[in-house]
Amino acid sequence: MTDKSDDAKEIKVDYTRLRIPFGPVHPALKEPISLRVTVRKEEILDVDIRLGHVHRGIEALAENRNLVQTLYLVERICGICCHSHTTCFTQAVEEIGGIKPSERALYLRTLIFELERIHSHLLILGLVGYDIGFETLFMFCWHVREEVLDLFEEITGNRVHHAMNTIGGVRWDLPPHLIEKVNVSLKKIEKSAKYIYDVFQDKTVEKRLCEVGVLSYNEAQELCIVGPTARGSGVSMDVRRDYPYAAYKELKDRFSVVLKYGADTYARTEVRISELFESINLIRTILDELPNGSISMEESVLKLMREIPEGETVSMVEAPRGELLHFVKTDGKEGLRRLKVRTPTLANILGLKPMLIGGEIADIPVTLASIDPCIGCANRITVVDEDQGEVRVIGLEDLRRRGRKR
Amino acid sequence: MSVTARSRIKSPWLFHLNTGSCNGCDLEIVAALTPRYDVERLGCVLVGSPRHADVLLVTGPVTRQMLPRVIRVYEQVPEPKVVVAIGSCASSGSPFLGSQMIEGPLDKIIPVDVYVAGCPPRPEAIVMGIVTAVKRKFG
Repeated sequence: MTDKSDDAKEIKVDYTRLRIPFGPVHPALKEPISLRVTVRKEEILDVDIRLGHVHRGIEALAENRNLVQTLYLVERICGICCHSHTTCFTQAVEEIGGIKPSERALYLRTLIFELERIHSHLLILGLVGYDIGFETLFMFCWHVREEVLDLFEEITGNRVHHAMNTIGGVRWDLPPHLIEKVNVSLKKIEKSAKYIYDVFQDKTVEKRLCEVGVLSYNEAQELCIVGPTARGSGVSMDVRRDYPYAAYKELKDRFSVVLKYGADTYARTEVRISELFESINLIRTILDELPNGSISMEESVLKLMREIPEGETVSMVEAPRGELLHFVKTDGKEGLRRLKVRTPTLANILGLKPMLIGGEIADIPVTLASIDPCIGCANRITVVDEDQGEVRVIGLEDLRRRGRKR
Repeated sequence: MSVTARSRIKSPWLFHLNTGSCNGCDLEIVAALTPRYDVERLGCVLVGSPRHADVLLVTGPVTRQMLPRVIRVYEQVPEPKVVVAIGSCASSGSPFLGSQMIEGPLDKIIPVDVYVAGCPPRPEAIVMGIVTAVKRKFG
């Protein structure tokens, strides 16, 4: 043994370290993401994030299409925040073309925007509930969410991809009988949101979420974390307030930016719940102050598109997950020379590393859900002990069970 | 009809695979499972592992990175299995057709039994798709 082991001695193998590939197929999330987690027993030592499973080459496709085709293509970047993407893109195109949409169109854009925020927040609150083993809460949140989807269907004709925006305005108007209907639905949603608020005040939920996935104020600032994730760490940032767009210029004083200083999963959840109420109030204000006028330009969209000159601009909106940025460069011949999209999740995913390190395996699903990632569908987790050459497969259910035991 | 065949019709277990979809279809699949549409009352359960599933629901236009995973997941589903392509992307590639990164549509890669068109299809359409698939294959 001693003769042979001169080489072997040099390699120090730490048998207590395990590497767990997490993903890319996962039922709690909607899109594929892959995490490689190194653990010692239950403690997480390191996290490696791999992206690109849903890379569809949208930016390259956009370069071969005209502006109106691209408008519907950018909507398909994400099914949850599709209105944010189209708003961001149309704003950029309108800025290049010098087109000013009417006040009513801007207000309607904002209305759909806030409805989208409610639906997105309800969705992720439900998923947080599911990941801590509170399935009733998950079902309840998604039931309330249907109310918002009904409104979308009434106003725009589709539950998910609304296709509300067009160059120079919006495509659908809000007749008086729908205003009535939105008000009635808002009452129901507010009642349910209050109930959800009460449920999250519960001691069990609080204990499960507090001190999990901590991201300090300094880390959040260094990593440029955006949206509710940053606001949960006390970073005061909101594109709606800082760089107002659409109708937010007029509505600037009518909503407040929710800030929490807990910096953990619970704080991020709290921010989202409070934003539900802010959005509901904002929609009421919009409905009260909805200006009259036309909703789109007199010229057809195709004519407007042909008149867009060569130019470039950056446009920003506050999507439900945070700051969304589009860089648009037109070629003056109906098309695009370059489109660059920076989604909030890409910014927030960097925060996963400080959040997870030092935590436990059981906290992975809920921490991941708390940043509201727009990626991922990983179904099994393979525990690979590389040193022993042993592969153990842990189902997500098993992982969740561990999470619930806590 | 044997007991196993009957139980397959009575409670088809679903596995959902996202191959690069935009989330729209995935949301509608989950919406079909939640109280408003509630396919669980028909015996459908969304399971966490393809090895437990009878029905494979595939969304998205199959990106290059997901291609080997699609084949692997398909092979893991035990026979007899049904594949339902949910949404226009999985059925035809739809807006992403022509992209360098897309290997789909799905029927180029694995055999598909039922196509549910729509961008995204409504939960009712998804339920209808599952029912048609189960009837055709197991009935």
